[in-house]
Amino acid sequence: MSLGPRSPSGLPPSEPARHRGLLARLHLDLPLLTGLLLLSGFGLVVLYSASGQDMQQVERQLLRHALAFGVMIILAQIHPQTFRRWSPWLYLAGTLMLVLVLVSGVIGKGAQRWLDLGFMRFQPSELVKLATPMMIAWYLSGRSLPPSWKMLLVSLVLIFLPVLLIAKQPDLGTAILVASSGLFVLFLAGMSWRLIGGLAIALAAAAPLLWHFMRDYQRKRVLTFMNPESDPLGSGYHIIQSKIAIGSGGIYGKGWLNGTQSQLEFLPERHTDFIFAVLGEEFGLVGISLLLLLYTFIILRGLYIASQAQDSFSRLLAGALTLVFFVYLFVNTGMVSGLLPVVGVPLPLVSYGGTSLVTLMAGFGILMSIHTHRKLLPQ
Amino acid sequence: MNSNFEFKNYRRESRLFSSRAVIAGLAVVLALLGTLGRMVYLQVNQHEHFTTLAQDNRVKLIPLPPTRGLIYDRNDRLLALNRPAFNLEIVPEKAGDIQAVLKRLGRLVELKPTDIERFEKARRQHRRFESIPIKLDISNQEAALFAVNQHQFPGISIRARLTRTYPLGYALSHVVGYVGRISLEDLKRIDTSNYAGTTYIGKTGVERSYEETLHGLVGFQQVEVNALGKTVRVLKETPPQPGKSLRLHLDSRLQKVALEAFGDFNGAAVAIDPGTGGVLALVSKPGYDPNPFVEGISSKDYTALRSDPDKPLFNRALKGTYPPGSTVKPFMGLAGLELGTITRDSKKYCPGFFQLPSHDHKYRDWKRGGHGKMDVDQAITQSCDVFFYSLAHEIGIDKLKNYLRQFHFGEKTGVDLVGEQRGIRPSREWKRKRYKQVWFPGETVIMGIGQGYFQATPLQLAAATAAIANGGHYLEPRLVAELLDENSGTRSAVESVDHPIPMHNEQNWNKVREAMTHVVEGHRGTARRIRSEDYRIAGKTGTAQVFTVAQDAEYNEEEVAHHTRDHALFIAYAPVEYPRIAVAVIVENGGHGGSVAAPIAKRIMDAWLLGKYETDQPQAAGTAP
Repeated sequence: MSLGPRSPSGLPPSEPARHRGLLARLHLDLPLLTGLLLLSGFGLVVLYSASGQDMQQVERQLLRHALAFGVMIILAQIHPQTFRRWSPWLYLAGTLMLVLVLVSGVIGKGAQRWLDLGFMRFQPSELVKLATPMMIAWYLSGRSLPPSWKMLLVSLVLIFLPVLLIAKQPDLGTAILVASSGLFVLFLAGMSWRLIGGLAIALAAAAPLLWHFMRDYQRKRVLTFMNPESDPLGSGYHIIQSKIAIGSGGIYGKGWLNGTQSQLEFLPERHTDFIFAVLGEEFGLVGISLLLLLYTFIILRGLYIASQAQDSFSRLLAGALTLVFFVYLFVNTGMVSGLLPVVGVPLPLVSYGGTSLVTLMAGFGILMSIHTHRKLLPQ
Repeated sequence: MNSNFEFKNYRRESRLFSSRAVIAGLAVVLALLGTLGRMVYLQVNQHEHFTTLAQDNRVKLIPLPPTRGLIYDRNDRLLALNRPAFNLEIVPEKAGDIQAVLKRLGRLVELKPTDIERFEKARRQHRRFESIPIKLDISNQEAALFAVNQHQFPGISIRARLTRTYPLGYALSHVVGYVGRISLEDLKRIDTSNYAGTTYIGKTGVERSYEETLHGLVGFQQVEVNALGKTVRVLKETPPQPGKSLRLHLDSRLQKVALEAFGDFNGAAVAIDPGTGGVLALVSKPGYDPNPFVEGISSKDYTALRSDPDKPLFNRALKGTYPPGSTVKPFMGLAGLELGTITRDSKKYCPGFFQLPSHDHKYRDWKRGGHGKMDVDQAITQSCDVFFYSLAHEIGIDKLKNYLRQFHFGEKTGVDLVGEQRGIRPSREWKRKRYKQVWFPGETVIMGIGQGYFQATPLQLAAATAAIANGGHYLEPRLVAELLDENSGTRSAVESVDHPIPMHNEQNWNKVREAMTHVVEGHRGTARRIRSEDYRIAGKTGTAQVFTVAQDAEYNEEEVAHHTRDHALFIAYAPVEYPRIAVAVIVENGGHGGSVAAPIAKRIMDAWLLGKYETDQPQAAGTAP
């Protein structure tokens, strides 16, 4: 870290706050904010159609968006150093709560993903989605990079402890997201390609082990993914129907509110995990290209912010959070278009639902904090 | 850690990170291009394929079941009709917690355990979004009460459906039969696409044998539906072709008369028009009420019917095989005459028993001291056993078997009902096949009086009697007279098939008919008690042994338990000069044919020939000794 005698707020005195625009004062990044707002707006338009033109659902989702943007703005005000100090504690708290969920789940007989706090339900796995890359970034940033073998081993243990706890819940989608967030930190920290290759081989070897850990329904999903037609009315139904929706959309789509697959309810979970298929059906390849373009813009902006960060914790965290956002997108579009098994990952910022939305926007809040709390160093 | 901190190479770390970030960025762009490529593949290359699938998805063919044809008797009285009924139906998917809903519903309309049982059974066979009846045929009051409270019961609605009803129920149960829900077994014998949307299928009786005619042809509606199967709009419609109605030969009034004539006895009676082969009445007593079967009879009631020792579900007229006893004597006599074994004047001496040459066994006559000298006329009139023991023996089993075949003994009559029995026309081949034994001459002897292995159904006896009455035309019995197209009003007759019996000499036939007339009209006839002032009857009594009396043992009717008492039989036709009705009656455990079965036949003929349909006259045979 820089040892300069600046104020802890990180604002250079040469640029007094009153001279800057509202966005800067709010620690917001205009390009990123624009991208996120456009995406959310587009998402709400699709949601109106996907919900069967249920304005109430759109309003509820709008409220969640407002809440999520609020969380983003609040987090953007917090200095990255504060996040860094919190990292181990957040990780510890998140992991402990995961254990708690698992225990209470065992007592309550059945899968449980949340803690009942009395006034609200809280999913520890959402906290862990942020805490895990923070923890790895914290751990690595204090050390000389690229990471050594020992650091790598410690990092892997730190990553897979919560991942296994989540996989046990069982929530395969979240487990994948958390694992990839940690692994991205390692990758960005400069883990050697040899090690990456070795890790890939190790993961492939561990796949049978993973199979052993999976619940019946998860195994069925994987098998169904291999051959959806084997069970056209059961779990293969999702994949078949969503492929029909996308494929029948064609280049220009059937038009907003005109998708037969979506409007006639052939598409299951059309407003949550499978909303991408609604978009594909009604807006066609054109709409999908537009959406992917928006996502690409946001991701590249995130990576740019990461590359501009001034300390390795911020860099690693910003980069990992951005790439996790990409994983959401890639896994969701992959499963909806039949390229990946159905693992229950929502389309980020578009799918109906609040939990992942708040977490994602919190991540973008951290990104904005990192970008706007930079010290202007003399070039 | 702190020392490490000092040695950190910020510039190098930053460069390393930047290169990794660039790689990641490139990977992201590449991956998203891959996703886009997948979309191009689905939306451009495979577009047509998926468009077809989407089209198939949303356009569904909804079958429109045809209305089932009605069944009338010969006087256009309705025997089977479709009645609109209001059912309470549940779509389980929309109803929520079914048990709780049923509980609440139970406070509004009475739900019997049988209703719940039937519902649960149906629920397992239907998909969650299909409508399943919970209570059938609710009253107007219940319907009104539910309608007011409907808002409390999402997923439950009142539906009008056509249900099959049999107004005469019990009396025609064995003729009309009933329809029921289509079972897995039914599915094997029908064109399932024609039954798409059909609820009922004929299970027994005419409902079953004319199933195809009554059912009609299914229509289709091409509709746009959602994934829940709900119709969004109709695209095209092909209307169904309703089933044709049936008009029976049967007279329901005559049927009732025949049924009531049995009094407390069980048995069967079949009346046939010798001119057409049309079945005028077909009684199997006891019957049952077919109406509960339509919507599925409760297993308790069904078990009760099945375990009833009187077997109400068993169609005795069609499937009950009885030793015909002395009622075969006219046929035996005719065989003897036509085959030239005897002449119309040949006489045999009856000492009260018959013995095969060089055998000790005595085949006893029912009359202890014997009948003395008899010709074929007298032998039929007085029902002499010895004459027919001897005659059967002289004709021989092979010729006898062939001659009896022409009257369709041991063969199906060809009636338009499903499941009739052939009975048994014994022969050497039959016995070898059945028992792996050779034929004994003694078995031919007792066949002469319709005992031994010989078995026939009441329907066979009636049809054979009709063939004697009409002079050698064995007509396949027909229940249905014509098919009616209710829409156009066109009618098409159902013809019987004639199997003419070769006539060697008409005099032989006349002789037998004369003898049968003497049975009723003659002063020594065994059925002289039913002689009518208004018309002349030809007939023959019979008694079928249920209980075998040991050689030389005394047979005391009083001491033998009711169920082992002989079956009483009577066959007849009238009027003798121009026969309009042929009847066969079997009274189970009724004793002698002349005293019990003949009055029932007389009652039927009186009704048919004289129009005496009032059924409350105490003429029933049950009151006879």
